Amino acid sequence: MRRLVPHPLLAVALVLMWLILTRFSLGQLVLGTGVALVASWALGPLEPKTIRIRRWRPIPGLLAVLAGDVLWSNLRVARMILSGRIPSSGVVEVDLDSRDRAVLALLAIIISATPGTSWLGWNPRSGKMLLHVFDLREEDEWKTLIQTRYECRLREIFEWET
Amino acid sequence: MTGLPLWAAILVSALVLAGAAMSLIGAIGLLRLPKFYQRLHAPGLTTSSGSICIILGSMIGFSLLNERLVLHEALIGLFIMCTTPVTLMLLGRAALYRDRAENRPVVAPTDPLAVPPRQD
Repeated sequence: MRRLVPHPLLAVALVLMWLILTRFSLGQLVLGTGVALVASWALGPLEPKTIRIRRWRPIPGLLAVLAGDVLWSNLRVARMILSGRIPSSGVVEVDLDSRDRAVLALLAIIISATPGTSWLGWNPRSGKMLLHVFDLREEDEWKTLIQTRYECRLREIFEWET
Repeated sequence: MTGLPLWAAILVSALVLAGAAMSLIGAIGLLRLPKFYQRLHAPGLTTSSGSICIILGSMIGFSLLNERLVLHEALIGLFIMCTTPVTLMLLGRAALYRDRAENRPVVAPTDPLAVPPRQD
């Protein structure tokens, strides 16, 4: 099974994308499945490590928290730009415990998707992530926010032991 | 194909206008913010709430007009979300390298790109 479909998540996502882009019909389902199988099989030698979702239960909670945060931070940054006040921006170093690539990639997407924070770099040896915050008041607040709000949940999803 | 009902027309135009307004605010921020690292945050308004509002408006509008579920636009949002971090990180790292090469006052408490000294 693993040899036949090396990246099951990718294959399922590709089939879904194919069906969304074309109208649903049996022929398109078969064609899309074929394309997805070939694509995931071709990615196999390039990416030997498959990303697996270990637990599904934290995902809705993470999405809800993320939606709220994106909305809130959008309004905050927009208000700050319109008010013309120059915010006190700064850099925060956050210690990340995870070395998992999926966790780090999704954390980068989350941090970039919320305006007001941006990911500047990550040191693989010390595990420190460099975060630039648009309106920085409390450094420690941001450290615990990233760790408890996002990293914990992502590790629950992608790693066995937390 | 019939026209949109009034409530849908109001909802869709409100969403599209809100998205356009957020994109405009992002562009203003890109123009007016003084520091490079601060300007990194402004386009985030366009790629997050700006695109989300316009995509939602388009999905609702075309689903009602065509009388079937239209979901193509959600893919646009997904791809924007997955690809913007790449460019933002590249820009941020390039700025860090530049600051280090020009011996500016250190941006970071410790440089994340430098190899830290061994602890032992």
